[in-house]
Order: sequence, then structure tokens, then C-alpha cells
Amino acid sequence: MSDNGTQPLLEIRDLTVHVALREGLLQRNRGVVQAVNGVSLVLARGEIFGLVGESGCGKTTLGRAVVGLAPVLSGTIRFAGESVIGVTGRAAKDRARRIQLIFQDPYSSLHPRKTVRDLVGVGLKLHGLARGYEIDERVLAVLEGVGLGLDHLYRYAHEFSGGQRQRIALARALILKPELLILDEPTSALDVSVQAQTLNLLKELRRQFDLTYLFISHNLGVVRYMSRRTGVMYLGHIVEMGATEELFRRPQHPYTRVLLSALPSLDPEAPSRRRVLTGEPPTPINPPPGCPFAPRCPDVEEICGREKPVLLRRSSDPTHVCACHFPQLNEQKTNGK
Amino acid sequence: MNAEASVAEDFLLDVRNLEVEFPTLRGTIHALQGVTFQLRRRETLGLAGETGCGKSVTALAILRLISPPGRIRRGVILFEGRDLIAASEAEMRDLRGSQISMILQEPKMSLNPVIRVGDQVAETLLVHDRTLSRRAAKDQAIEMLATLDIPDPHRIARRYPHELSGGMAQRVMIAMMLVTRPKLLIADEPTSALDVTIQAQILELMKALKREINTAVLLITHDLGVMAETCDRVAVMYAGSVVEKGPVTTVLRRPRHPYTQGLLRTIPNDVAQDQPLFSIRGQVPSLLQPPIGCAFAPRCDQAMPECAETVPPQYGLEVDHHVACFLHRGTGSTYSQIP
Repeated sequence: MSDNGTQPLLEIRDLTVHVALREGLLQRNRGVVQAVNGVSLVLARGEIFGLVGESGCGKTTLGRAVVGLAPVLSGTIRFAGESVIGVTGRAAKDRARRIQLIFQDPYSSLHPRKTVRDLVGVGLKLHGLARGYEIDERVLAVLEGVGLGLDHLYRYAHEFSGGQRQRIALARALILKPELLILDEPTSALDVSVQAQTLNLLKELRRQFDLTYLFISHNLGVVRYMSRRTGVMYLGHIVEMGATEELFRRPQHPYTRVLLSALPSLDPEAPSRRRVLTGEPPTPINPPPGCPFAPRCPDVEEICGREKPVLLRRSSDPTHVCACHFPQLNEQKTNGK
Repeated sequence: MNAEASVAEDFLLDVRNLEVEFPTLRGTIHALQGVTFQLRRRETLGLAGETGCGKSVTALAILRLISPPGRIRRGVILFEGRDLIAASEAEMRDLRGSQISMILQEPKMSLNPVIRVGDQVAETLLVHDRTLSRRAAKDQAIEMLATLDIPDPHRIARRYPHELSGGMAQRVMIAMMLVTRPKLLIADEPTSALDVTIQAQILELMKALKREINTAVLLITHDLGVMAETCDRVAVMYAGSVVEKGPVTTVLRRPRHPYTQGLLRTIPNDVAQDQPLFSIRGQVPSLLQPPIGCAFAPRCDQAMPECAETVPPQYGLEVDHHVACFLHRGTGSTYSQIP
């Protein structure tokens, strides 16, 4: 699926991340959380790829695995052609500069007792990219790029609003001139009006600095606006993936269809086309043997409990893939659309 | 409807000119600056607005749970005609949980971690009715859990909060608040911590309950979609004041206050990817020194000189639709002002 033969920036193949679940006083092993299960994903340089799913689906773990913060059991992650799994020393440091992670909560991801100058400039120091007054200059330049300025330089994180903090977090990442930004729910902690400002800024920064985004969110509206392609995760699997508009218009997987119909419409008089799922997502500790969605699927058949469906092209659109034994190929009317 | 008629109408909850302030070391935070709205029986009113606009403070003030040094400075809160501001602490304690209940955003933080959830639901009944036996309370609790579509309620009742998922814990929380059949249920962001598919379940449940239980609901939410789906009327708050209120369809389809209009436009719904999202310029004002006139004036593209000087009153537009904005002075067919 690499674009026109050019090398993809990020290439994930059959990635599986299992985390041991330890509990109690003695930290006994209580099982394995199969957080990510055989996920393959390719990001072309410059694109925004949206990853959606509910809590516990593995989207955050996937992002963390890319930066080496989650234990990879099997599979490959290649960044600009080179494997980044288990790298150490210089290569690890290089990756740490070129791939930056932005966290959801700008309240807990910024050190409360450091000034903005130190928060944003720390990467330059760690990577030995600048020193002394040069740090100040570059911090100031990047702050201006995210809409902050000189009078913010020597203030502390607690003096800023959520939106401004997220700008500081972005500045801290951008100062290292990264190529890939993993944005893990970057606007979920923000109010809608601040969210709009932040999303505009993210789009602007991508153009300006030629960035690639892995945009992780549970907010379908935000992902639809931001990303060129979208992947839907459920219980550690990508169940559907395709060009964003196509995926939202013609969702094939029953889970995607449910997810889209669950969104409340802004029109109070719109007829509800909601399909409500019964039950809760099963835990990734002991996932079902067949299709991960089978226990909650409204269209489940006997085979679904036995055989795990694979991601395959189901329609004329070659970029649209779906892992379902009975994909829906007709258009779905979603709320408010 | 004119002003006299609205005064005479029998509201379940009638909040007028409510002012709440919190003295701090840096000065006094004027959290509410004259909030006025009414809630009819069996109606669901949405209180919308962004962080810090005063929605939660309004809810806490109704329950008289503003913790000192914060205080209600002025205003009237009438619940079934009774003035809650003048009520004694004993009267309030009696009212809370039995007549007025409140659901919070994080169900697991509001439940006691070391008591079985069934006992917690039953306890609400026992506190308000000394004559009730433990057994009867428990039966009612389990019946309520069943009403909330909780599968196998007898088994769930014996669980502790940490053994429940977020969606299940929120159902237990709702059960706990509804088991006394309150006349008013205040729900503060009841679905914001939940996943969309679970949120959908809870929203459907709340709609069904509304028909069944006849409780009036004050729904506090920042999610306008949730509001559109569940509310009859909405009040939009900004920086401690209600800027617009009316029937949900009117407010969401034909918003008249520049803030409501802006808020609706910032939602990335159906916006083409190559178009920038609309964003309201500037920032929410500090409530330490709120603007003298209209709080939204510094960010408003249509602000006039007087907006910076005088707080606009509520102008009545259509039936039941009020906007606190000078742009609508005298434009309504039925011009009226709520005092």
C-alpha cells in the first residue's frame, strides 16, 4: 500500500503488543492484556492518519509502541525504512527526536515547576542541538509559531489555560524538528471553541513544517475533519480502514456503522437512526477466539465466533479494507448528515 | 408570553438573578453574575457552556452545596415555591437526595468504594425514610437497577464499584439518584466520561426514563449533540450569565446570540477538510474582573459601544426564546423582559 512506490514514513506490520497484567500485593501475573493484535498500518510522508476507537481498543498503546513505550511481542515497525523496535543508544535518541508524542492531558504532561523556556528548550539540551542564548532564540521562534510569545517565556504551566498548554506541548515537540507527530487525543481535554483553534493550528503546522500525523481520537467528527485516511480499532484490531470520506459515507464494518450512528445529532428533530449496542466491550485480557466484535455484533452469524475475519478489500475502492465476514456495502445514513 | 405570565406560571424551579462569588487571595471570583432561568415540571432543561462558565456552580448553588468561603451573594432559588436560599440546613438535607438528586460526571468517584452498590442504592432510601425496613429498601433498589436495564440486578447489587465498568457504574449512580423518585434530577455531564457506544446506551435510557418516571432534569453538558437529543429547552451560559435560552430546536437551529452562533460553528461537523474551522477569537474573560458590560463583548464581532458599558437584559424574541444581546432590542414580535 505504499504510495506510488515512494518509501512510507511509518510502516507497521503485524504488530502485536501484549502487556502482562499484574495485580495485588505480590504483583502476581493475572493474565495478558492483548492490547494490540496483528495491526498493520502504513503512513505516507505528509499525511494525517486518523485512528479511532473506544477506550481500551489499543489505539494509545499502538502510538506508544511506535515511540518505544510499549513492549512489542512481534511484528515490525519501520520508520523511514529502518526498524525502530528495540533500538538503543544513538538510534533510539535519533528516533526520540524524529517522532514526538503529544499527550491528551496538557495539565499533567507539563512539569509544574519549570518555566516555559525550560519546558520547551529541554529537548534541545538533551539532544545537544543548542546551548545558551541560542536556546532562548529557538524557543522564542517556536513559541511564536504556535501563537505564544516573549511574555510567556518565563511563566509556569499552571498560569496557562488548557489550550495554551497544548500549544506549549506542541512547541516542545516542534522545536526538535520532528517528522512524525503522534497526537493522542490532543483536543479531548479542551472546550469546543479552543478545540477549533487547536485543530486549525495543527493543520497549519503540518503544512509549515511538512509533518506527518498519527492522529488518535475517539471523536469521529474531529477525525473526519482532520485525517486523510482513517482506521477503526476494536479490541486490539484494526477492523476497518480507508479514505476518511469513503469510510464515513460507506462504512462496511458493523462496528463502524454503530460507532457512526451513536453520535448525537445537532438537529433536535432529526430522526434517530441509532443502533444501540448491548453490553460492553469485552476486555482485551481474554478476547473472543473469532471476530473480536462478534459478542456484541448486531449482525453476528455462526462463523463469526469461530473464524477471525481478515482485513480485505470488499468494494471497488482499493484503499478501503474491512475485517468482517459480512461487510455491508450499501451507504449508511448517519446522524445529522 | 409576557413577563407577568411567566412570573405567575407554576415552575418547579425558578432561579432569579443568582449571584455566587468565591473570595480568593487574588480577589473575588464572580462565578455567577445574575443567572435567571426556569424549569417546568417533567421538563429537561440543558445548561450548556464551556469550562468555567458557571454551569456546575449553578447546580451546586441550587443544592446549597457551595463550599465556604464561596457564597450565594444575591438571588432567589424557588423550588416548588419554597425559597431554598432561606431554607435551613436541616431542610436542605431533607430535600437533597429525596426531592432533588444529582448525578456527577465520574460515577466511580461518587460511589463509596467499600460498600456494595446495592446497599448504596438502598441507603438513599433509608436515609430519607426511617420507617422503611432494610429488606424493603433493598428490594426497591434492585427493582430500580432492573429499570435501568442492568442485567442480572441481584448479582450486580452485590458488587463493589471497582468491579463495574464505567457505563454500569453510571447506571448504578442514576439508580441511586432516581430510587427516591425525586422531582428534580440534576445531571452534571453524565455521559462525558463514557465511550460513544456507552453514551448512546445511557442517552437512550435517559429518554426512556423521562417518559416513565416523570422527573424534571437539569442537564449540564458541554456537548451540544447530547443536548439536542435529550433536552426540551436549553440555556446557554457564558462567563457566569445566561446569554440565550429557549426551546432546543429554536436555539440550535436559529441561535440569536453571537456566542451561541459562534459555539455552534466551532463544531467540526460537515466542515470540508480544506476549510479552516471557525473559531471565536480571544479568550474567556477572567471572572476576577469580569467585563463591565456584556461579558462576550470583547470577543464579539458585532459589538457596539454600549455593549462594553451596560449588561444587556434578556430580550424576548419568539415564544419562550430569550437573548441577552443588544442586537435584539425590540426586534422580537413579542417584546418582553424577564426582570
